[in-house]
Amino acid sequence: MNGERTMSEISGEISSETMGGEWLIRGARIAGGPVTDIHIAGGLIARTGTDLSAPGARVIDAAGLIALPGLVDLHTHLREPGREDAETVETGTRAAALGGYTAVHAMANTEPVADTAGVVEQVWRLGQQAGLCDVRPVGAVTVGQQGKQLAELGAMADSAARVRVFSDDGNCVADPLLMRRALEYVKAFDGLIAQHAQEPRLTEGAQLNEGEVASKLGLAGWPAAAEEAIIARDCLLAAHVGSRLHVCHVSTAGSVEILRWAKSKGWQVTAEVTPHHLLLTDDLATGYDPVFKVNPPLRTQADVAALRAALADGTIDCVATDHAPHPVEAKETEWAAAANGMTGLETALRVVQLAMVDSGLLDWAGVADRMSVRPAAIGRVPDHGQPLQAGGGAPANLVLYDPAAGPEAVDPATHASKSRNSPFAGMALPGKVHATFLRGTATVLDGKVTR
Amino acid sequence: MSRHLISAGDLSRDEAVLILDTSAELASAAGRPIRKLPTLRGLTVVNLFFEDSTRTRTSFEAAAKRLSADVINFSARGSSVAKGESLKDTALTLEAMGADAVVVRHGASGAAHRLAEWVTGSVINAGDGTHEHPTQALLDAFTIRQRLTVPGGASAAEPGQVLDQRGAGLDGVRVTIVGDVLHSRVARSNVLLLSTLGAEVTVVAPPTLMPYAVDTWPCKVSYDFDAELPKSDVVMMLRVQQERMSAAYFPSVREYRRRYGLDAGRMALLPGHAIVMHPGPMNRGVEIAAEVADSPRSTIVAQVSNGVIVRMAVLYLLLGGAAATA
Amino acid sequence: MCAMRPGTGHEQGAGSPGWKAVLTPEEIRRALSRIAHEILERTHGGEGVVLLGIPTRGVPLARRLAVRIGEFEGTTPPCGSLDVTMHRDDLRLRPARALQRTEVPPDGVDGKTVVLVDDVLFSGRTIRAALDALNDLGRPRAVQLAVLVDRGHRELPIRADYVGKNLPTSHREVVRVHLEETDGEDSVLLGERDL
Repeated sequence: MNGERTMSEISGEISSETMGGEWLIRGARIAGGPVTDIHIAGGLIARTGTDLSAPGARVIDAAGLIALPGLVDLHTHLREPGREDAETVETGTRAAALGGYTAVHAMANTEPVADTAGVVEQVWRLGQQAGLCDVRPVGAVTVGQQGKQLAELGAMADSAARVRVFSDDGNCVADPLLMRRALEYVKAFDGLIAQHAQEPRLTEGAQLNEGEVASKLGLAGWPAAAEEAIIARDCLLAAHVGSRLHVCHVSTAGSVEILRWAKSKGWQVTAEVTPHHLLLTDDLATGYDPVFKVNPPLRTQADVAALRAALADGTIDCVATDHAPHPVEAKETEWAAAANGMTGLETALRVVQLAMVDSGLLDWAGVADRMSVRPAAIGRVPDHGQPLQAGGGAPANLVLYDPAAGPEAVDPATHASKSRNSPFAGMALPGKVHATFLRGTATVLDGKVTR
Repeated sequence: MSRHLISAGDLSRDEAVLILDTSAELASAAGRPIRKLPTLRGLTVVNLFFEDSTRTRTSFEAAAKRLSADVINFSARGSSVAKGESLKDTALTLEAMGADAVVVRHGASGAAHRLAEWVTGSVINAGDGTHEHPTQALLDAFTIRQRLTVPGGASAAEPGQVLDQRGAGLDGVRVTIVGDVLHSRVARSNVLLLSTLGAEVTVVAPPTLMPYAVDTWPCKVSYDFDAELPKSDVVMMLRVQQERMSAAYFPSVREYRRRYGLDAGRMALLPGHAIVMHPGPMNRGVEIAAEVADSPRSTIVAQVSNGVIVRMAVLYLLLGGAAATA
Repeated sequence: MCAMRPGTGHEQGAGSPGWKAVLTPEEIRRALSRIAHEILERTHGGEGVVLLGIPTRGVPLARRLAVRIGEFEGTTPPCGSLDVTMHRDDLRLRPARALQRTEVPPDGVDGKTVVLVDDVLFSGRTIRAALDALNDLGRPRAVQLAVLVDRGHRELPIRADYVGKNLPTSHREVVRVHLEETDGEDSVLLGERDL
């Protein structure tokens, strides 16, 4: 039939300039629902339906594929400026596109710290230039993330980067008074404080979840209570001053219970969980391989179960990767000297499929909600996170995913990220991203980046 | 036996008894005019010490030399600021030097594990952070076996009395370990090894110095030192660092000494045959009183000489035969 | 000479077929008595003699010799054991072996006539190691060697002073000594090496 060509044929023929234009996606299942065609034109989703025809459009045979709204990550480390040996905005957004992401929030712990309009605008421009994924810079809450003095949050909000999410991630805003002030201050521009919950005095020198494994390995413990105490405090503060609060990378069962309680009160608290905390536990540290060293640390099976249940019932609003690339020398050391963090953009959707969908806890509609709709709402990201069924007129940000592919072992050497510190190396994960569209332009086709 | 000695928990009972039996034979050799044996001639043992420890380092050096191995002392001060590049780079340097065995002491738990991934020789853990110190536990177990004949109440060995203890473990011997268990690699190794050998181990400390999840360890737990004294065949005192006070582990040295120090009064509550041990260095007047350290019950000096012998046994068993594949 | 065929000959010992007994318990007893007399002859009545058995089976053999010498002469010579493991030249060929016991009699070996005792003399390397080990213990006046069986095939210039039985063998053959103290019976068996 005319016009029916394979994705590889298409991507092989067409240059990057023409990755935009018109597309007809045939036979996808939107959020796992019934088989539907999607017509993209002018960077928008023109319409959805069955047996659509669009002469002149390039056709993608999406039989067997799930179509999701483009994924939105509330928590990524792109490392630029300052740590380009680990990642740049370009390589990071390439990794993001391969993972099905169309928007990522770039955390502020760069060098220099993103605590001024100047730095956030630089990061924003780098994202635009790369053109692979929308980059939403996160501004630091405090100057230098030192936790002593508020950064110029208003200037960052007004800048070209339009910052709305602020975080000292890497550090906790531990001073209760400062946290209160920050929560109050951002109300003026609908901003959001995203807290890295870690009471510093209880976690000095901490290396691994405080538990049986750490005790046997002789590694200083990171008690769950140090995360839970801060979350409880911040929920109360946010309620008291009438602010929104977002909690980064929730990792314990106790934190889940506190969030459930806060939400039951109607307080504006949202929370995220990483893919690795949905799957991995602290016993992986037994060989002292620092690829498993992360902050907050991997915890117990009971914590993993509680986090999955919370993501399923919405107590945890979304998945956020906390993609944290590190150069080889930062991880090829003894545990105590190694950097914290794991890469995650390219494996996120596959891990969520394994942990949540294949285990029956969440369906694809739920995945669309937790990985796109809700994070976009929380971050106040326009253009993203709009359900595809809504059809006409929404910007065409979407991902085509094959859940039946694989399972295939993860090989970090093939990742687009500059860094190789993935805890899933060698692990068989299901699924594969086939195509990612950013405002109607294909950034990924047939599993490969188009530029 | 595996190619490395990194954790006391890696030793089976048979392997542990083999090390003790080998030590017993080497101990008799130590009394002879020529104490040197040719067994490891041509092999190179490197002492890789990132933490200062003259006592342990010289013990390993003496052990290696008595077996005619060549010894190289590598005193590498890796600071945490250096981010540990020093560990891997050092490992590659040792490989190039042809080290057959590396004895490593490092301030980070797990350092010996990581080193074993980068060298082809044998790695012997001489103390990694707060994780383990297996040769210390082995020399402690050997000292206990040497000094006690029958568990739980029989008389201590007479000096010079030759006992054939080959094949014997420490079944039924009641060992009480007292002190900063939380930060002690000696405690961890001893709990594992002594219980493997059949001893009944109890750890005593204030709750702040007990590891989280210590109830999952193969030992009993008690906060009451006095209650454990009459039931102990061995009391092993651990060093308590005074810096722990500023991190609020205990209020004052005085209170610690009063509740957990082994003084003459407490020593009198021990059964007649019981022995007192300490890995050293001691804080005289804190965890152990001078008169206890100098009493006939104390094995502290024997522990030091046994240290050389046990380390000879370990070096022989790891290096003296064909290289193990594990 | 006698190439062995399975099933022929007197089956003894471990009960595995193909083993031929080359010394009966009676012959062993007589050989040890003869060696004891020879030692007394050559050492002027056992003066200054110390017997050191090489583990494992050299040790009970040394003890038996000491008892016999005591019966014949009236005084039992000092007797002990000498482990040679740490001085072997073939250590790296096999995983590290467990050490055996070395027990030196209280008066030591300085100035004594040490008679090393072993069950089988073959390549001579064990005795070479024993001489090195003995060197670490002191300085004997003389060193002699007593073996129950000499099976030939020396690889070093080592010879025995006292031999229970000369047993020419081929390299393919295996000589096994059983003693009451270690194996529950006295016999010397000859068999073929398993592939």
